[in-house]
Amino acid sequence: MQNHPVYTDNDPQTEYSTLNLGPTHPATHGVFQNVLQMDGERIVSGVSTIGYIHRAFEKIAEHRPFYQITPLTDRLNYCSSPINNMGWHMTVEKLLNIEMPKRVDYMRVIIMELARISDHIICNGVLGVDTGAFTGFLYMMEHREEIYEIYEEICGSRLTTNIGRIGGFERNFNKIAFDKIRRFLVRFPPVLKEFEALFNRNRIFVDRTKGVAAVTAEAALSYSWSGPILRATGVDYDVRAMEPYSSYEDFDFEVPVGENGDVYNRFLVRNEEMWQSMRIIEQALNKIEKEPSDIFHADVPAFYLPPKEEVYNNMEALIYHFKIVMGEVETPNAEVYHSVEGANGELGFYLVNDGGRSPYRLHFRRPSFINYQMYAPMSQGMLLSDAIINMSSLNVIAGELDA
Amino acid sequence: MGKIANEELLQKLNDKFPGQVAETGADFGLLTVETNKESINAVLSFLKTDAALQFIYLTDLTAVHYPELEKPIGVIYHLHSLTTNTRIRIKVFLSLDDLHIPTASTIWDGANWMERETYDFFGVIFDGHPDLRRILNVDDMTVFPMRKEFPLEDPNRIDKKDYFFGR
Amino acid sequence: MSDIQIVEAPAGVEGSGFFATKLDQAVGLARSHSLWPLPFATSCCGIEFMATMGSHYDLSRFGAERLSFSPRQADLLMVMGTISKKMGPVLRQVYLQMAEPRWVMAVGACASSGGIFDTYSVLQGIDEVIPVDVYVPGCPPRPEAIIDGFMAIQKLVQTETLRRREEPKYQELLAKYGIQ
Repeated sequence: MQNHPVYTDNDPQTEYSTLNLGPTHPATHGVFQNVLQMDGERIVSGVSTIGYIHRAFEKIAEHRPFYQITPLTDRLNYCSSPINNMGWHMTVEKLLNIEMPKRVDYMRVIIMELARISDHIICNGVLGVDTGAFTGFLYMMEHREEIYEIYEEICGSRLTTNIGRIGGFERNFNKIAFDKIRRFLVRFPPVLKEFEALFNRNRIFVDRTKGVAAVTAEAALSYSWSGPILRATGVDYDVRAMEPYSSYEDFDFEVPVGENGDVYNRFLVRNEEMWQSMRIIEQALNKIEKEPSDIFHADVPAFYLPPKEEVYNNMEALIYHFKIVMGEVETPNAEVYHSVEGANGELGFYLVNDGGRSPYRLHFRRPSFINYQMYAPMSQGMLLSDAIINMSSLNVIAGELDA
Repeated sequence: MGKIANEELLQKLNDKFPGQVAETGADFGLLTVETNKESINAVLSFLKTDAALQFIYLTDLTAVHYPELEKPIGVIYHLHSLTTNTRIRIKVFLSLDDLHIPTASTIWDGANWMERETYDFFGVIFDGHPDLRRILNVDDMTVFPMRKEFPLEDPNRIDKKDYFFGR
Repeated sequence: MSDIQIVEAPAGVEGSGFFATKLDQAVGLARSHSLWPLPFATSCCGIEFMATMGSHYDLSRFGAERLSFSPRQADLLMVMGTISKKMGPVLRQVYLQMAEPRWVMAVGACASSGGIFDTYSVLQGIDEVIPVDVYVPGCPPRPEAIIDGFMAIQKLVQTETLRRREEPKYQELLAKYGIQ
């Protein structure tokens, strides 16, 4: 990466210019600031500044009961908030030793895989925009709307879904939701195929992305990378396969890996993951049909809020409702680390509980934060235009970066 | 390779560092050990380079503040051995008047920002860190906001003052 | 005949071969349908803005086809997402770089009031640093709500007199924020 001539300060012909890229630069898709030393079009060195939307999630979490932390997790990676929601719910369920029914697990899998698709749609679509092709983005966005409609059918919200509860879902999927999921599975594949046809062998796109920002597996592991960008370097680390949660062990899917970790490989890995996600959703739909259709939460009245009618008419339910809302449920004094495969990588929740109504300490292992720190070192010697598409392909989400 | 049993892992650590590593629990099967700041980097390097263990992946590095303890700041490392799919949690407790601990960024490049974040929130000083500055908060902040005594809301606000109810 | 609807002409006097109206109204009509928004998107609401600009909701129908990423040419500053105290000065700088006439729209709970983030690091509403014309509620607002807010801005633009920006009241408002 660094084999171009670097001029020194006392060379009279040239001197470096400083370029302040961000924090509101349109090409950075978020609030990232990089102060770059430029030698013409080449980046000599760079310093990343982050924290422009630091919202103190971890501090807030210490002051909120467990169920009120779900809305916070929404706003971590807002492109795929259901994964964050479910990751948090599963962390608490692990702490409380709640055994989930299979049907709930499969419902969660469907939602999480839809979220992964919607996240990858944005990432790959925007990568296309940054290399000069708006069309793919517009094609794909249409189908992200379909995913949002499915969310709406299930929880009433589009983006920050707040979907599910600790112990399951707040309501069952209705028939329209299932119909919409099935329709999505029919309508999306041709579009994705078309999208791949537009890009995969497109001369301009390939020239712009192939060999750009190639990363070795050793470097990626040393920087604790995870998710599609780590898999693009050839490491098949996927939390879904390695430490299956939410019954992922029941599903048949492949973990796509790349070869040299460049932007093109990352693009291909993400596309392939969308295909795999659709495979998983299809299997989950078939599995759900074999389960009793009225189960949508675990039978844990001490943690799962009872329906409102019962609260008004049933003494027991009223007591449970009061206890849950007031946070008077006994919780174990323990530490738990749970991770899920977020759209950007391993999303971990480190929860230290002291038996109170809110966590003693909650730390999010945020993949965007950890993935992004290699950005400035790897930009050295890169052309500015390459650095921009490198940033899009890292898919750093500002909310997750800054917490 | 299969998962390394907790006993085996602990045995190995005890053999290598006698008296330096103590087990403090294994909540949900995740072995948790405590060590001190003198041996933390040796422990981390051993775990990373040992041929049978290969904890090559630093999952997470953070801290927890326990104000009532004698050594109130606990620095927490989560390591993951990708080949054997084993995780381990390592804790080092520091007292408030000596918040120094050697940096792990010499072992993993990725520890760089995690340590900066820990410094930003808790004031832990990682000796030998290449660039220990605040990362998420504004540069001129003087306190460490994740410590328990620091309030969640902005203490300087006046718009929430209420004549009858106070803040 | 096509079924394309065109905007209604402002009230005026019409005769054979001429149409007379107030300059304010004619300019307002033109401006309101060619607003160049500057998307200052920091977080979640920015993703909903992407949906608003995308093929499904298509903000371009309202004359805002051209996003101006440079504040110098923008008419409308759309602030979407949490503004932290670290970001506050940047936002102010962007506002100052915009030329008059300029409008500001605070999209979402965070930009309007700080939202659920009542913490030490978050600015409790962008109206602490710059004046705001329209607030759009929601966390995040649906694209329809953003479009509704945009139409409210259009209404403002249409009805504003050309000299409003020179009025003492407006000068006073800016002075309150320390803007000359």
